[in-house]
Amino acid sequence: MRIAVCVKHVPEGPSRIDPSTKRLDRSGEGSLNHFDANAVEEALRIKGESGTEVVVVSLGPQKALDSLRKALAMGADRAVLVFDDAAEGSDLVVTSRVLATALEREEPDLVLFGQQASDADGAVLWAAVAERLGRPVISQAMELSVEGGSARVKRQTEFGYDTLEAPLPAVVAVSDAINEPRYPSLKGIMGAKKKPQEILSLADLGIAEGDAGEAGSRTTVLALGDPPARGDARKIEDDGNAAQAIVDFLAEKRLV
Amino acid sequence: MAALVFLEQHGGELQKGSLGVLAKAASLGDGDVAAVIAGEGARALAAEAGKFGAAKVWTCESAEVAQPLPQPRVDVLAQVVEEGGYDTVLFANSVLAADVAAGLAARLDAGLNWDLADIELQDGELVGKRPALQDSVYAAVGWSGTPRLALFRAGSFDATPAGGGEPEVAEVSPAYREHSTAVKLVGQDAAESSGPSIEDADIIVAGGRGLGSPDNFTLAEELAKALGGAVGATRAVVDAGWYPYSAQIGQTGKTVSPKLYVALGISGAIQHKVGMQSSGTIVAINKDANAPIFEFSDLGVVGDVHAIVPKLTELIRARRA
Repeated sequence: MRIAVCVKHVPEGPSRIDPSTKRLDRSGEGSLNHFDANAVEEALRIKGESGTEVVVVSLGPQKALDSLRKALAMGADRAVLVFDDAAEGSDLVVTSRVLATALEREEPDLVLFGQQASDADGAVLWAAVAERLGRPVISQAMELSVEGGSARVKRQTEFGYDTLEAPLPAVVAVSDAINEPRYPSLKGIMGAKKKPQEILSLADLGIAEGDAGEAGSRTTVLALGDPPARGDARKIEDDGNAAQAIVDFLAEKRLV
Repeated sequence: MAALVFLEQHGGELQKGSLGVLAKAASLGDGDVAAVIAGEGARALAAEAGKFGAAKVWTCESAEVAQPLPQPRVDVLAQVVEEGGYDTVLFANSVLAADVAAGLAARLDAGLNWDLADIELQDGELVGKRPALQDSVYAAVGWSGTPRLALFRAGSFDATPAGGGEPEVAEVSPAYREHSTAVKLVGQDAAESSGPSIEDADIIVAGGRGLGSPDNFTLAEELAKALGGAVGATRAVVDAGWYPYSAQIGQTGKTVSPKLYVALGISGAIQHKVGMQSSGTIVAINKDANAPIFEFSDLGVVGDVHAIVPKLTELIRARRA
C-alpha cells in the first residue's frame, strides 16, 4: 500500500502580508504546518511494520524542503516537492490542480491531509483535490482504520458523531484530535537527509505556466484594510481585584 | 448577479447560518436569488426559503443525498448552476458546506473565497471581505471569471426573514458520478442535549483545559447559574471526557453568538474561535498572558480562574439578590 500525505510549509512566528504582492510574506523562516503533523503521524501509525510506503507531497517554495525533511525525520519514506516560481500565489483552483497532478503520478491508495493550514486558515483543499482525482473524500476524521480495501472513519460534525466508510483509493482529512504527533528522533533526523527527495517543476507535471500561479487563479486580493474596530478592548492582570473589575465592566455594558 | 445559495438542512430544519447568507444575498438587491436544498424533506422547506428571500428554490430528494455527505451535493449544485445559469454560489461555513464548496470549485474550475465575513457590491462588482492574520487585516477579495464561489464564516449574517413570497420550486436530479456516491454512512451517534440549549442562550460561560479538572466545571456552572446563562465547552475538554459533546462550541460543535461570552481557561485556538467570535461581548480569564483568546476579547483578565471565578460568582449573586 502507498499513503501520500499532503503537507504545507508555513511561515514561522508572526505573519505579515507583503503590501506589494498582497500575499503572505513567505521569505522568512518556516516550518511544517502543525496540523499536517497529525496527518503524517496517522500515516506512520497505519504503516506500522507493514510494507506500506509513506510519501509526503508539497507545493511551495524551495524552503518547503525543510518541512518535508521534518516529515521524513518523523518516519516518512520519500518526499516530493513541486516548486516553481510560476506557481507562486496559486489559489484553491490552481493548488488543487497541481497537487492532484503530482498525486496521480504516485498512485496512492490513501491520500491524507491535516485539518487546516495554520497560516491562511484554509480548510478546503482536500475536497477540491479529491474531486480532481475523482475519489471519495472524508474530512474531520478523529479515528481512522484501513481494512479490506476500505477506509473506515469516525468523525465529529456539528450534529454528533458519524462513522463513514470509503473504498480505496480515497482521500481523508484528519482532525488534530486524532493523535499526538511524534517528535523526530536524532536518528530520524540524520536518516532523513538520505531519503529520496524529488523536486518537480510545473513543466515536469505537464502544467502550463498560464494555468498556475496568479495567472491560473480565479480569486484575487483587491485591497488590504484595517478591520472594523472591536470597541475599547481592555486587558488587565489580576491583582486580587479582578472579580470586581469584571463586575464593573459587565455593569458598564449593562450585562448584569 | 444571478446568485444561488446552498441551504443546509439537518433533520428537516434549515440551518440558520445558511438562511443568513440567503437573506444577505437577497438584500444586495441585484437580481433574483435562488436557493438549493438537498436531502429528505427538501421540498417541504422551499416555502421557508422563500420567506428569507429565495425567488426560486431547487430541491433534490434523491436517495444519493439522503445522508449529510458532500460529494453527491457537488453533483446537484453543478447541475443547478448549469441549468439555471448562475454566476455566483454562496455557502455558510459548516463541516458539510466547506467540502461541497471546495468540490464544486474544482469541478467548475471556479474561484472560491473562503472565511468571508461580509460581501458587498462595489460599482456592480462583487467584493468579499476576508479577515486575515488573526483578524488584524481585512482583505477585500474578488473573483476572475464565473461562477464566483464564496464561503462565509459562521454567524456572519442574521437570519432575518426578508418578507419574500411563495418561491418557484424546481426539482433537480443530476447524474451522480461514481466517486460522488462511494462514501457510505455506517453509523451515527447524535449528540444528546441536556439543559438549556447553548445556541439560544444570551449568556454563555465556557470552560477549557485551563479549568484543570472535570470537577472544576462546577466553577463554570455556578457562574452560568448566577448570570442566568448556559455552559459551553471546548473540544479539548469534550474529547477528554470532562463535559458532554452537546455543550461543545467550535468548528465541529455549536456556533454561538450570545450577548455575553465568558471564557474560562480557554486558550482560544482557531477551532474554538470560529464557533464564538461573533459574540457580542467577550470576557476571557486565562493565566497565560499570551493566550490567543486575548486578541479577540473585549475584556481580558490574566489570572487564575480558580481564584477569580468563585469571587466573581459571589459578587454577581450579591448584585442580583
